[in-house]
This record gives sequence, C-alpha cells and structure tokens, in this order.
Amino acid sequence: MINVSTAVPNDNLIVERQSSILVKGGQRKNQLKCDAESIAGCVSQRACVYCGARVVLNPVTDAIHLVHGPMGCASYTWDIRGSLSSGSELYRNSFCTDLKENDIIFGGEKKLARAIDELVEKYESELVFVYSTCVVGVIGDDLEAVCKTAAHKHGIQVLPVQSSGFIGNKSAGYRAACDALLRLIEPPGGARPINSRRPVKSVNYLGDFNLAGEAWIIKDYLKRIGVEVNVVFTGDSNYRDLKKAPEASLNIMQCAGSMAYIARRMEELYSIPSLQISFLGLEDTAASLCKIADFFGEPEMMRRAEELIKEETIAVQPEMGRYHEKLAGKKAAIYVGGGFKAISLIKQFRELGIDVVMVGTQTGREVEYQTLHDISDDGTVILDDANPSELERFMTEKGAHLLVGGVKERPLAYKLGVAFIDHNHDRKHPLSGYVGAVNFAREVYSTVCSPVWKYARETGGGLYAVENSELPER
Amino acid sequence: MPWKTANYRNVNENPCNMCMPMGGILPFKGIEEAMVIIHGSQGCSTYMRRHIAEHFNEPIDVGSSSLNEKGTIYGGAQNLFQALDNIRKVYNPRLIGILTSCLAETIGEDVEGMARDYLKKQGLDNFPLVGVSTPGYGGTHSEGYWLALKKTVAGLARPTEKHGGINVIVPNLSPADIREIKRILEIMDVKYTLLPDISETLDRPIARPYTKIPPGGTRVEAIRCMPGAVATIQFGITVEDNISPGHYLQSEFGVPLYNLPVPMGVESTDMFVGLLAEITGGSVPGVLKLERGRLLDCMVDSHKYNAQGRGAVFGDPELVCAVVRTCAENGLYPAVVATGSGNSGLKEILGPVLVECGQDVCYLNEADFMRVRTSCRENGVNMAIGHSDGKFLTESEGIPLVRMGFPIHDRVGGQRLLSVGYTGTTNFLDRVTNSLLEHKYKNYRATMYREFYREAGK
Ligand code: SF4
Ligand code: SF4
Repeated sequence: MINVSTAVPNDNLIVERQSSILVKGGQRKNQLKCDAESIAGCVSQRACVYCGARVVLNPVTDAIHLVHGPMGCASYTWDIRGSLSSGSELYRNSFCTDLKENDIIFGGEKKLARAIDELVEKYESELVFVYSTCVVGVIGDDLEAVCKTAAHKHGIQVLPVQSSGFIGNKSAGYRAACDALLRLIEPPGGARPINSRRPVKSVNYLGDFNLAGEAWIIKDYLKRIGVEVNVVFTGDSNYRDLKKAPEASLNIMQCAGSMAYIARRMEELYSIPSLQISFLGLEDTAASLCKIADFFGEPEMMRRAEELIKEETIAVQPEMGRYHEKLAGKKAAIYVGGGFKAISLIKQFRELGIDVVMVGTQTGREVEYQTLHDISDDGTVILDDANPSELERFMTEKGAHLLVGGVKERPLAYKLGVAFIDHNHDRKHPLSGYVGAVNFAREVYSTVCSPVWKYARETGGGLYAVENSELPER
Repeated sequence: MPWKTANYRNVNENPCNMCMPMGGILPFKGIEEAMVIIHGSQGCSTYMRRHIAEHFNEPIDVGSSSLNEKGTIYGGAQNLFQALDNIRKVYNPRLIGILTSCLAETIGEDVEGMARDYLKKQGLDNFPLVGVSTPGYGGTHSEGYWLALKKTVAGLARPTEKHGGINVIVPNLSPADIREIKRILEIMDVKYTLLPDISETLDRPIARPYTKIPPGGTRVEAIRCMPGAVATIQFGITVEDNISPGHYLQSEFGVPLYNLPVPMGVESTDMFVGLLAEITGGSVPGVLKLERGRLLDCMVDSHKYNAQGRGAVFGDPELVCAVVRTCAENGLYPAVVATGSGNSGLKEILGPVLVECGQDVCYLNEADFMRVRTSCRENGVNMAIGHSDGKFLTESEGIPLVRMGFPIHDRVGGQRLLSVGYTGTTNFLDRVTNSLLEHKYKNYRATMYREFYREAGK
C-alpha cells in the first residue's frame, strides 16, 4: 500500500488519520482503515447513533417520535428531512421529554411515562418510538420497562430505540432502528416463516425514505412490470403496512448501509430472500429492474421490464446527451454518508463522462471500500471519516470541479470555488430512477457550468484577497 | 394580562430553542484566530455545525472530543487532550474555547480544571484556553452564548491602563447588523472593542487563499484590554448578572456598564447614539440624522398597514424585546410574545412598553411551537416574526412569517439581514409591511366575497 504521507506529504495531516486515507495506485489490495471510532479533535463530519436511528425511522408517518433526552438533540432534528407522506403528517413533529438538571439527577423514567401518556391521549397513534440519547444511556433509565408498561396501559405498541449517541456512530443507529422495526413487524406469537404468502408478486422495498417522492417513483416502475410493493422501509410507511412486512415474497434493498442487517434477519426469521438493487443512475436502474424480473423468472415480466427501460431511456437520452457534452472530462469529488451511495455516484458520474478524483464516506464498510477501490481510477484519493481540512486539501490538490456531499460540506466547496451537489436527506427533488438521473445531471450541469464561477474563481473580492490565486487550472 | 409559563411540563412539542453549547460556539466564531471544541460525544458537535452552517452558509469547523463508551466510564481527559493537540496542529489557533455537552456534564467532567491541567502539561502558560460549562439541559442557546462570552472576558481580561476606548458587547445578531453597529461607531468617531465580532468571520467574502479559520473577529489582545475602557455598552437587557460579561467588567474592574436594548427602532437607536455622543462628548453627525429622518418617513408611510397586524414574536429573548419594541412603535401590537428561554423577564421588560396597546398580550416562557400555535389561534394573530422554525405556524395556521434572528435555514441570506440602527430598522419595517401587504393582496378578494356577497334571492 502506498503510504499517503509519502504519496502526498503534508504537515497538517494528523498522524492517526493516515491509515484512513489512501491513493489508489499500484497496490493490489485495499487496506483502508474504516468502521473505526472518530479521532478526537479531527472535526469529523459524522453524526451520532441517534441521528442514524432517526433517519431510518422518521419516515414512519403515523408514529409518535419521542426523543427521550435534553432539548437540543430534538431541536436539531425537527422536520429536517425531505421524506414525504401520502397520509399522516404526525412524523413531522419533534416530541421531546426535555430533560432538565433535576431529571438527570433523579432519573427521567417517570417523566417519560407521563410524556407518553400525554402524547398518546392527544394524538391517537398506534405506535410510539422512544429514542434514547446520550445522557439517558448514562443515567440508566430503563427505557424497555417504561415502554412495556406504557404499551400495556394504552394497548398500542411503544418501542424503545437504543440510540445513545456515544455507543458508536451512525451505523449503530441504523442497527438500533432495525431492531425496533423487527420488533414492530413480528407477528403475535413470535416470528416464523410465513407459509401462506400472498399470491401476487409482492416485495418489500428496503432503504428508501421517500425523499421528494422517490419511493413513489420506484413503486410505479415496479407496478408497470407487474410487481406490487408490499411496504417500503420506511418511506411513506405506516403502522398497519409495516405489520404486513413478513408476507412479502422478496426484499429489495436500496440503501444497504442501513438495511443489510434487517434484510438478513428477515431472511432468517421469515425466509424472505433479498436482492441488492440501486435506482440511482440509468445503468443501475435498468440493471435493477432486470434483476428483479429475473428473480421472479417470468418472461412476461422481463419483457415489460425491457420495454420500460427502453421507453424511459429513449425519453431521457437527448437531455442526458446535452449534459454529457458539457460535462465530459470534469473532475468530481465525493463525500457522502454511506459506501453504497458512493459506489452508485461513481457510476453516475461515469454516465456523464465525469472522472472521480476523490471519494470518501462517513460510515462505509470494508466491503464497500473494496468495491470503491476496485472501480476507482488510479490516483483517486479514497478516505474514510474525512474532516474539512482533508476535504479542502484533496479537492484543491486534485483540482476537483465539483463536490457531492451534505449540508456541512457545501459552504466549504463554495468557498474553494468548487461546484456542489446536495446528496442528503433534506433534498426536495428526487434523484432516483430515470427522472432522478435527469435531475442529477441537470443539477451537476447547473452548478459546474454556472456563470458565477467566471467571477468567483478569480482572486475574489474583499479585504483579504491576495495577488496569486492558488486555484487549480480549470 | 395573563401570564402563562410552562414551568414544568412532561413533553416539549416542537422546540423553540436550541441547547447551551450551540449558543456557546457563536462567540468563539467572532474572536480572531479562535477555534472551539465541544467536549462530549461526536454527534452533538456535528448537529450544531450543521445548524450554524445552514444559517450562515459558511464552513463551521468545530472540534469534538468524540467521547466514546470508555471515556464515558473512565473520564474524558484523554480524549479532550488529544482533541486539543489535534486542533492546535491543524488550525494553529490563538485561542481555544472548550464547551461541554450534556454527556460530559452528566459524567461530571470539570472542564475548567482540565483546561488548566492541559496548559500545565504542555507548558503553555499564556495560551488562552477558555473552558465553559454548558450542559445542554442547563439552558438554551441564549444562555450558552452569554456564558461563553462572560467566561472569555473573565479568562482574558487583565488590569489595564485606561485607554479611552469603549467596550461594545453584542448579542447574537446577524453579521450585517454587526457591520452596521460598527459603522455607527465609526461615524461617531468612537474608539471601541466590539465583542464578539462575527461581521467578517461568518459572512466571509470569496477570497484567496482559503484559510481554515476565517479572517476577522475581535482580537485577543483587545479583549485582554477591555478593563481599560471608559465604559461598556452591552445590548443585553434580558441578560442576568451571573452570565453578563458587562456586569463582570463592572464588578471586577469598575468599568461603568450601560445595559441597553438592541439598537432597533427609534427609541433604542436614539438611546445608543445619544449615549455615544454623551460618552465621547461629540455630537450626532448629520448623516445619522438623515437616516433617522428617513426611518420616520418610512414609519409614517406604512403605519396604517402596520395597524392591521396582530403579531406573534418569538426567539432569543434579547431579539424578541427589540422586535416587540420596534413593532409597538409602529402600531403593530404583538399579541403573543414567546421564547424558549426560562427566566427571560420578558413580561417585566415589555409590560410597560405594551400598556399603550390596549390589548391582552400572551407571554410564553419556555415555549414550544405547539403552544405558540395554540396562542396564535386564540389571539387572532396574523403575522409572525422570528426564526425559520416559525414556518410551522405558516404551514399549520397560514400565518405569514417574517424571518428574523437565528436560525434561518430555509431561506438564503440570514447573515445579510440588516435590522439595527436607523437604516436597519427601515429595512426591517419594510420587510414586515410588505409581508402584511402580500398577505392582504393574496386574500382580500376571496375574503370580501365570502363576507359580503350573497346570491340574489338568498
Ligand atoms: S441537548 Fe445536550 S446532548 Fe443534546 S445536542 Fe445539546 S449538548 Fe448534545
Ligand atoms: S447527545 Fe448523543 S444522541 Fe444527542 S445529539 Fe449528541 S451524540 Fe447525538
């Protein structure tokens, strides 16, 4: 493995970080350190366990989402996601037990119990998720017991989500959320394989949070090829639909980072096989539709899938072609949450003729980094759990024209004169399927080829401008 | 006047405030070459960075000691020291603030003691390391903001020869507001130290080369010399003495404190400008008089529109006071006045101002948006003024929102909103009036039709 410190020396690089960064080169194997705890003082961009759990469960529309903890944790997560609902809007509220000093000293169990009572009475929901936060983990409130009592009292389901922030990172939160979901879907009398599956071809669609209606788009595609979506985990889902999850004949999985665990468990418990698919980009969307049709093994379904692919591809080709022309040869940097998304993005950029020069994730897993390593071009910087100063350094050194990332990364890119694509859970436009691929390409074009860079990439204005611009050639 | 407060409540429905360390970050972003670390778990600092970055559209780098399970059990000194080492290495700051999160406080970390230990261990006698205990459950971001300021002043201020300048201590205003206050100070020919100064750091011009810490901010040396000032002007009438930096300078160093309302509206701006003239022995320059005249003209032009507004004002106590006073000067009487903070004393401060209005005013302390919403409905509110989370009122009750304060994350330009001084007030009033007009034009045809039109024969 090429040691990055010799490949790209820099005084500012923190020693402990070096094993989490590599440059793809002669080395055959990927030896990137990942899935490790963030190093203190490294200004990690990672979020916490609670954040991960909330991402996964928040789209359950008719649930009461109650944060057991101090106010801040709830405040920063109030209605910040772009998940859409076709029914209840209850999930968009941020409920919190608002623990104060006294509760920290004497325990918050009673307050939690009263909070659940109050909310259930006011909102008539059949499902409550209670999220634990860091302090709750420390003061040792017995969430399990409080939830059980409340469930009994109100005759509804009250599920604890063990998401204390300090027990890991976002991935641990995905797992905590999946554990809660597994309890939710368990039929009365315990989990068992379902013999009487529904006669229709019905799938659970895992790992789509219906951001800007993405799950609706995919549902429509599947319907067109003759597949019914049983329930989505968890975009636009609700209590009743989730309960039916064990009845599906197949799980298809978009976001593996959050859903691989629950897919595996559902296979063990309910004998539901699962397929990894991706509806990001033209290539992946087409391949995924075929993969699903192939699974069911029906020629008619395959024919309809091929027809759909042809129809949709023809419809978007002219516009995609125009963008390709403008964008070919540009260089992109990627810094996103999960490894699977990063892989999809590399493919999507290729479809547009864009080279990826830097790719990193907050919580990618080893297998995903292996794939990233395999499909990257030589010279690409690959890094895990990056911080602003590393992002700045590698984007600048590599001459990236574009960064794709989340809210925190955006201003950094802009300040560096780098175009930016939002790929986070707050987005208001879909990026899935054919319509999503066009949206993506249009967004890339509108930022990379914007006239503002003509002005902003010069030395800039203001008091602090210096003579020689340090920007790479564009 | 009914006095409602949620002293004890089991559940908060849609929060109206953020937590203490979040507020503590902001002052450190207004000190030259400063960095800040949150001692606690990684997630808190990431959330806060995200929140601040969205408002200012600026990179917000904040370190975290990334406390894990081990640190939580055996104490986090190790983590904190490593964080300090790494931050110093990468950012090379001239001051570091350390704030605590709920987690660190719950396990009983003594952050000020740890800061001392670190300096001793590293042999850094003179490095300004400011530890601030800011448990998220101990207060809102407003209290965190003021406490961090006070601790900074207390940590840095040294007995200094009188230097003839004045200290100006500001609440959480927009960078544009800070620039306006500085402009007024400069027009009045005042020598000053303004703290904290986010005017350049959090509204940074595009410029090369990029530096990891944005240029600008109050100089550390200037903070050290604050005790030598002839006076402190602090825009903090809602700030309690124990977290008031101005009060500290007065009681420790005898610097006279003038605690003024935020200079917004005619009366409060007059107070500020008048005081400056008094302290410096100068007179009010013509250009400010012209601006004042223009503000009056704006007020006269729009007073009848404003009279149709029934307002809900919410947010940081200091800003709420400023907005309510300004609105009241223009005949737009607030019916609901709310803050997420606890003991803000809003009623005591604003009661006398609002006696004129002849309406009931509903004051909400420790408010959440569900309560604000209910009060708005009960009181026939038709205009809300406050930060972006008020969009909840628009969505649920159709009440138009004039965005103001922090955070503004669903619109651009929060950092450029100008609302103080005569000119800023004029801008603010225009925004309010136009919002009322827009709402009116959108609805009046349908409203009149509904109210008055009757089909023949019915
Ligand atoms: S309330 Fe406490 S735990 Fe929650 S984000 Fe704020 S500091 Fe962190
Ligand atoms: S306290 Fe824990 S759960 Fe809450 S935001 Fe911080 S890291 Fe996340």
